[in-house]
Amino acid sequence: MNEGAPLLVMDGVGKTFSNGVTALDDVNLTIGEGDFLSLLGPSGCGKSTALRLIAGLSVPTRGRLDWRKEMGDDCVGFVFQEPTLLPWASVFDNVWLPLRLRGVSRAKAAPAVHELLERVHLSGFENAVPRELSGGMKMRVSIARGLVTKPRVLLMDEPFAALDEITRFKLNNDLLELWQDERFTVVFVTHSVFESVFLSNRIVVMAARPGRVHEEIAIDAPYPRDEAFRTSPGYAALCRQASDVLVLAINSTHGAAA
Amino acid sequence: MTITESRAVALDPEEARRLRNARLERIGRWLLPLTIMVLAIWLWDRICVWNEIPQYILPRPGVVLQTLHKDAGLLFGSLLVTLRITFLSLALAVIGGVGLAVLFTQSKWVEMSFFPFAVVLQVTPIVAIFPLINIYVDNQTAKLLLCAWIVAFFPILSNTTLGLNSVDRNLRDLFRLNGATRWQELWHLRLPAAMPYFLGGLKIAGGLSLIGAVVAEFVAGASGQSSGLASRIIEAGYRLNAPRLFAALILISLTGIVIFLVLSLVSHLALRRWHESALKQEG
Ligand SMILES: Nc1ncnc2c1ncn2[C@@H]1O[C@H](COP(=O)(O)OP(=O)(O)OP(=O)(O)O)[C@@H](O)[C@H]1O
Ligand SMILES: [Mg+2]
Repeated sequence: MNEGAPLLVMDGVGKTFSNGVTALDDVNLTIGEGDFLSLLGPSGCGKSTALRLIAGLSVPTRGRLDWRKEMGDDCVGFVFQEPTLLPWASVFDNVWLPLRLRGVSRAKAAPAVHELLERVHLSGFENAVPRELSGGMKMRVSIARGLVTKPRVLLMDEPFAALDEITRFKLNNDLLELWQDERFTVVFVTHSVFESVFLSNRIVVMAARPGRVHEEIAIDAPYPRDEAFRTSPGYAALCRQASDVLVLAINSTHGAAA
Repeated sequence: MTITESRAVALDPEEARRLRNARLERIGRWLLPLTIMVLAIWLWDRICVWNEIPQYILPRPGVVLQTLHKDAGLLFGSLLVTLRITFLSLALAVIGGVGLAVLFTQSKWVEMSFFPFAVVLQVTPIVAIFPLINIYVDNQTAKLLLCAWIVAFFPILSNTTLGLNSVDRNLRDLFRLNGATRWQELWHLRLPAAMPYFLGGLKIAGGLSLIGAVVAEFVAGASGQSSGLASRIIEAGYRLNAPRLFAALILISLTGIVIFLVLSLVSHLALRRWHESALKQEG
């Protein structure tokens, strides 16, 4: 495997919507194989827009996105801020859905679905419908659904923003574990400095109006990261560093707006 | 710890009162309307007796009941005729309404072009359209069906269209990301999402198809021969046979109530596992 080789290169990417809002301007970003990359920035700086461009849900106005050649069309999984499950379908059917849309039968999909449900600690809930689950459990289903096609890249748009802190920590740990075992690439959008430092090996801090990359921070702390890392002085120092950069990014926004 | 636990068992006065009220309300929901109904029927009977109202103007409830029994063969035969038209037109309304709604969601242009016609059909009183249908359609059953269908299909069409279009944006993106075909999106996403809306429309359409069937018979009965409940009512009206008129009327209302209850039950059963509207009734 060519570890760390670029998977996606974004070259001068910009997006201007038909209402005249320039959500992104001149974004240059390289996503390497196996990266856990966080997009961190104030509200409205174009994080979701960037993620939708990467997912292919929207096309850039300027610039280009170059995927590594051998990447197929459907190599990405997506996890939304809300669980976004089919409310009428069981947990199993929800996780099966991406495979089902590719023509994989229930029986053929069953082993993969069951394995993933076990990985996200939801064995035994196959037949529950979403309303019978807690917020955290729904998010786990959503993550399992994002991973069921074995995507090379998992795109997550503030997946844990609506959860309480305890649940969020738990899901952070589980996500890291999954990521280390499966070695997929993650692009993770978040508002939280602490979350991004805990999870990622790279943080891309963005600034708004127009949305752009302000600065990139490398988080060199080794994996696996566990609860001990969360309370370590190294973690605190990294958080302070990231938060200082974020403040600068926000201030640069104010300067631009004034 | 022990305090909170014992509290959970022995209810405080406020919770106890709330529980009592809830229980009373549950009983009252059935008992009150029934009592009022019985009282009203009793009053009806008394008014007939006190004022010595002749039977051909206002029959006593007992007489109506007797007529219902005596004329059972005739009346239930007619009821069957009306029911046939009602259910056939409801079935056609479902097929037509859902079919058109699906067609509309496949293309905005189709919807823009044809939805106004559906509205025109809906807002024009059926009684005014009927003479035209009468000229152009020969078959009596087809006439009645067409009439009842026009009345009943609109709520299904408009509700289902709304439902098919109110799918969560993220879910649609999810389907797009997974390369879903138009057909897959319709089958796995839009149709299930439209289910609560469709069932709401069906509940309205059920009552309307009965009304449509009866109204159609009325208008047709004036011009031709028909054997449904409406023609029994017209006939009884001509002959000043008020007891039979009342009996037929009661049959129609009961039918309407049964249709509504059955469709409500269907809707509840279909949605109870996931939709908010069906969850309320559990508590
Ligand atoms: N479809 C759209 N049409 C027009 N403008 C849009 C559209 N989507 C986003 N925008 C605008 O683009 C800018 C960036 O939006 P985006 O959703 O990417 O921000 P974000 O960083 O994800 O914010 P948040 O953290 O609040 O989710 C905003 O000013 C927003 O109003
Ligand atoms: Mg966003």
